[in-house]
Amino acid sequence: MRYISNTAAQQREMLATIGVGSLEDLLAGIPPKARLSRPLALPPAMAETDLVRHLRAMAATNADADSHACFLGAGAYDHAIPSPINHLILRGEFFTAYTPYQPEASQGTLRSIFEYQTMMAELTGMDVANASIYDGASALAEAALMAHAVTGRREIALSRGVHPLYRRVVETYGEGPDLRLRDVPLGDGVTDLDALRKAVGDATAAVVVQYPNFFGCLEDVRAAGEIAHAAGALLVVVADPVNLGLLTPPGALGADIVVGEGQGLGVPMSFGGPNLGVFAAKRELVRRMPGRLVGATVDRDGGRGFVLTLQTREQHIRREKATSNICTNVALCALMATIYVSILGKHGLRRVGELSTAKAHYAAAELAKVPGVRLRFGAPFFKEFALELPKAPERVVKRLLRDRILAGVPLKSFDRTMKQSLLVAVTEKRTREEIDAFAAALGRAVA
Amino acid sequence: MVDVPEELRYTKEHEWARVEGDRARVGITAFAQEQLGDVVFVELPKVGATVMSMKTFGVVESVKAVSDLFAPLTGEVVEVNAELGKKPELVNSDPYGQGWMLVIKLAKPAEAGELMTAEAYRRFVESAAH
Amino acid sequence: MTETRPGYDKLIFELSSPGRFAHSLPACDVPVEDPAQLLPAAYLRGTPPELPEVSEVDVIRHYSRLSQMNYGVDTHFYPLGSCTMKYNPKINEDMARLAGFARLHPLAPEAASQGALRLMHELARDLAEIAGMDHVSLQPAAGAQGELAGVLMIRAYHLSRGERRHKVLIPDSAHGTNPASTAHAGFTVVELKSEASGEVDLADLEAHLDEDVAAFMITQPNTLGLFESRIHTITELCHAKGVQVYMDGANFNAILGITRPGDLGFDVCHFNLHKTFTTPHGGGGPGAGPVGIKSHLAPFLPTPVVVERDGVFALDWRRPQSIGKLQAFWGNFGMLVRAWTYIRTMGPDGLRAVSDNAVLNANYVLKRLEGDYDRSAPGPCMHECVLSARRQKRHGVTAMDIAKRLLDLGFYAPSTYFPLIVEEALMIEPTETESRETLDAFCDAMIQIAREAETDPAPIHAAPMTTPVRRLDQTLAARQPVLRWAPPPAAS
Repeated sequence: MRYISNTAAQQREMLATIGVGSLEDLLAGIPPKARLSRPLALPPAMAETDLVRHLRAMAATNADADSHACFLGAGAYDHAIPSPINHLILRGEFFTAYTPYQPEASQGTLRSIFEYQTMMAELTGMDVANASIYDGASALAEAALMAHAVTGRREIALSRGVHPLYRRVVETYGEGPDLRLRDVPLGDGVTDLDALRKAVGDATAAVVVQYPNFFGCLEDVRAAGEIAHAAGALLVVVADPVNLGLLTPPGALGADIVVGEGQGLGVPMSFGGPNLGVFAAKRELVRRMPGRLVGATVDRDGGRGFVLTLQTREQHIRREKATSNICTNVALCALMATIYVSILGKHGLRRVGELSTAKAHYAAAELAKVPGVRLRFGAPFFKEFALELPKAPERVVKRLLRDRILAGVPLKSFDRTMKQSLLVAVTEKRTREEIDAFAAALGRAVA
Repeated sequence: MVDVPEELRYTKEHEWARVEGDRARVGITAFAQEQLGDVVFVELPKVGATVMSMKTFGVVESVKAVSDLFAPLTGEVVEVNAELGKKPELVNSDPYGQGWMLVIKLAKPAEAGELMTAEAYRRFVESAAH
Repeated sequence: MTETRPGYDKLIFELSSPGRFAHSLPACDVPVEDPAQLLPAAYLRGTPPELPEVSEVDVIRHYSRLSQMNYGVDTHFYPLGSCTMKYNPKINEDMARLAGFARLHPLAPEAASQGALRLMHELARDLAEIAGMDHVSLQPAAGAQGELAGVLMIRAYHLSRGERRHKVLIPDSAHGTNPASTAHAGFTVVELKSEASGEVDLADLEAHLDEDVAAFMITQPNTLGLFESRIHTITELCHAKGVQVYMDGANFNAILGITRPGDLGFDVCHFNLHKTFTTPHGGGGPGAGPVGIKSHLAPFLPTPVVVERDGVFALDWRRPQSIGKLQAFWGNFGMLVRAWTYIRTMGPDGLRAVSDNAVLNANYVLKRLEGDYDRSAPGPCMHECVLSARRQKRHGVTAMDIAKRLLDLGFYAPSTYFPLIVEEALMIEPTETESRETLDAFCDAMIQIAREAETDPAPIHAAPMTTPVRRLDQTLAARQPVLRWAPPPAAS
């Protein structure tokens, strides 16, 4: 057993020190009828070489973004992951460290979280960001709970432009506090503001819009905020932080809370997890925020140091009155994002946005040239767009897989009214060749 | 034994009240602030809010703990100590003076008679320690 | 930490120099690249965010230096109770990084994700076998989410039977996530007093069990490291009143192959893959908190459920009674790969040896320290032991002081002040991956500190002295929160 150091001889010595005859003696407190009377029915242990061969074969059956051109989005994106990140996060002092409760032995983690909090606040245009929630969806759910706690109201007005799977998570988290979700329809790809005005009232805790929204379209966040605030509700904006190097940040458009999926900031797609839930808010809301917060302070000698702070919000102190039940979050993914943002830097992240939107617009134009194919919505889009196809999108996707193209996400399973639509995402990684090949293959597939 | 001013009245939740006519000034005791440790934040109601005897009106936070604040008497909040927002440490350094929290206009002045005297509070704290 | 380093005290922003960069982006290969020609002006950011401008060398050096200010399992013994800080195998890291896993999009067609779906299906089956449960959901992102999922499923179960129950019973020795998750699910938490041994007070339990109680939630072994031996009686008492029983699986490292929650009468349990199943702690996650259930709760499982039909794996969304979703996608797949790899590396005999050695190591530590520290309970412990620094407190040395002194002696501290029912608690979980030499060195250090407390506590009160920072002012951090770096004001 290569992970267990005790030899049989050492076990005997230790048992003798303890004063018992065998390991079984140490388990005597467990009543016999509680004992499992057989070994666990699991496959036998595999040697490392066999295991590697086995898993390589299993992994090889998956159509990944190294072997295929990936035009999939809908909440997970194939943005480039710069080479230094993996090397740094594989340092054992980072990835095998515990939560930084003993701050003197955890300054590495604490300082990088402080940097992360700063970067997320800068990108979102908000005053304060936490150390992470699990993913964008659970971050949104926590924002809904927080809006309820702050306003005392139960209704959450959710634009239909918010990711449908995020909506389901809000619904699940909303069960306990009995939150009511009100859906606000779209008009040509963005939130119908008249419908929003009608949906918002003095029972509304928060208005939620996504920017860009699930269909890739750019929302009028400022107008949504004005409607929310006029009714005494908070504005919660769901935003992909990768885009905020180029786009006007939600904080400048009236957001009270900004949440989003930070996976595009250097975290592998990894079949949907782990992810990175970004959570940022205005200063006056900080004591209601969920999740860990790292703050600056001084040590005994007056030197600068960092600690977990405002911990009385959290479950380990506040227990049933905690702002959230979250304990373990996704610190290592936050570290990946911190390093990513350091590498891309002040001007690089803007460039990622510029390339993504330039290529997305080129792709939309080329794909729409295919006979029978058109853009579903007229609203401005950023790096993602919905196409109407003349043939069933699922069949088109299956056909293009043979050309090693992951063509997009068919929208039927999210919205029955969109069963002819395919959601296509384009990042800075997609080359003109890949896009032209996609258009050619699409032409063949719908002919 | 920690400071327990004679002229005040006390609750089992370690709040004090200084009754002056139809008003009462309220805070937490020296014992309470010692138990809590360094106070970092106090959450208080707004002027105009109603508070009810032995129901919570706010929260006091230290680095390692949070405690509910219980109103000793029923009435309307007419003053709130705004200084505590910037200087929560006043609760530690001067709990009966500058660390005051609320002034209540009493709805039921007779309730004051049900609060503990300084002597009774002293005994209460000593017996709770055993 | 490698050594005491005087003064590496930079934040990445402080290394910034205008014009420096570390990125490598391709030139634009499509005709129109100016965003002003593609997007309405109002959407374009006026001023760039205040992000660093550093070179790749700056990045590598800065983060490498930061890492050297951390303790990790790779460099230090980490006896934190209930955290199971065991060795994180490196093969797990390699397998999670295989392109077919790491580079797979969650919405890739299912027919082209069979390897990933198969892995999830097999892991769920393995965890169900380990726990004696009928089904496992891999979706929760951490233990707390697993608890929320479990409690919501229990709630849905009672509602499906026309019963609206409002209370959940939780012992005062429980981890804080238990009452927090329960409150988030809309229940009132009723705290039960434990006996001094940490065991359930059966009379108190019976007195509280009624048809308004939805569930009883306990950790097994309990948070004092003791096996609750009357568990069958407990689960029977609960079931007699229709109360569901939930096991917090944080202490699973004690019972692999020895006993199983499903066999003890539990209806639900969660697993912490970042504890028992070696996925790394990462400084605070990501983890994974799968939840196991008995069949009667299956209709309520979060969606989608990974199913298999005729050798083909798929995501099943047709579950009208599901509690819904906890995360957008299917679970922390990267951590699931690591756990799957670990279970296959160990096999059934290996997993049994894990618990045997975890229990052995904890009892060894307990024996060596019981002369100098108060035990919290008599008899052998399981995989962790709880001591009290009551004796040391009489000399003015607290559990926190001991923790800080241990840092100077080269060890991460045990858990302190948990469980709440033990005064000056020190909870020690060595895990099975530590050698006897390490345990002896740790015990020697603890005994040294106990002696210092009696004769010369000065170094204890001054500790830590060898870490990059000394004791930190937590009060200042909470009174005047500074939660981000700010650019210095522009010189006028």
